[in-house]
Amino acid sequence: MTADKARIAKQFIETIPHSRALGMRITEIGDGVAAIEMPYDDRFIGDPETGVIHGGAVSALMDTCGGAAVMSHPRAPAGTATINLRIDYMRPATPGQTIRARAECYHITRSVAFIRATALDDDSDRPVATATGAFTVEPSRSDAAKTRKEGN
Amino acid sequence: MARQTPEPVQVVKQRRDAALSALVHGVPYIAWLGVQFDRRGDELTAVLPFHEELIGNPFLPAIHGGVTSAFLEVTAMITLNWTWLWSDIESGALDAESMVQGQMPRLPKTIDFTVDYLRSGLPRDAYARAFVTRSGRRYASVRAEAWQDNRDKPFAQATAHFLMPRNDTA
Repeated sequence: MTADKARIAKQFIETIPHSRALGMRITEIGDGVAAIEMPYDDRFIGDPETGVIHGGAVSALMDTCGGAAVMSHPRAPAGTATINLRIDYMRPATPGQTIRARAECYHITRSVAFIRATALDDDSDRPVATATGAFTVEPSRSDAAKTRKEGN
Repeated sequence: MARQTPEPVQVVKQRRDAALSALVHGVPYIAWLGVQFDRRGDELTAVLPFHEELIGNPFLPAIHGGVTSAFLEVTAMITLNWTWLWSDIESGALDAESMVQGQMPRLPKTIDFTVDYLRSGLPRDAYARAFVTRSGRRYASVRAEAWQDNRDKPFAQATAHFLMPRNDTA
């Protein structure tokens, strides 16, 4: 992946309103791998008794990170959308700590990209959550025109 | 046979609304996302009013996949809690007023959550309902569906598994 494509993908993701609202920051992106962190925030608490972050916020982080990994893959020509995402919650994230997600696009076809992702807090030996997902591979405009011409 | 006088309607409504409010409004993330619940008897419909911060793709524009996922997860979790606690709320074994004061029973925890995106979420209000397929002693299985304009055309569906709290007194 060229540095330019990485920059464009990073820029695109950092302008997504919902990702910004959740305070997400891209720490690594390129060649089908993305890492995004989400600092602890009282507004995202799911269990007021313990202060543990809601699973929904972790889902949003995993989804964004998976999408970023797909977009950064050298064989992904344009945008992407989530087809399916499965998240397994291993343990509650420790209150007060930043959650860091890392996603890898481990296989890509002309139409589908497959990702796996892990979310960690400060204890990097015990994952908070893992995810697997399938994303669409949107053809770039020139490819779409070519396909139409060839009648495929 | 002596027939018990039915409870006044406002007593029933107040108890149920208080218990639901305790389950929903005690969670900061649900308020932050803006999810509300409509109640008709024991049936719940989650409502997510659209706002700019829900956008995931500014060019389409479309609701963020993470929002859709979180919305369904909140719906599944609240519906499970509600269904599971319903008989205790109705019998008075659980006091709705103390729930509002913050004395909450232990609640189920999400084990896994799977969401299918069926069409893109449009920049407008969304609705969701969840169905408790099975609620066992240790695990529960819940499915949920979200739609916008047409109830028959869901834009996402989900299945989730939950770990039920251990009943230490039993």
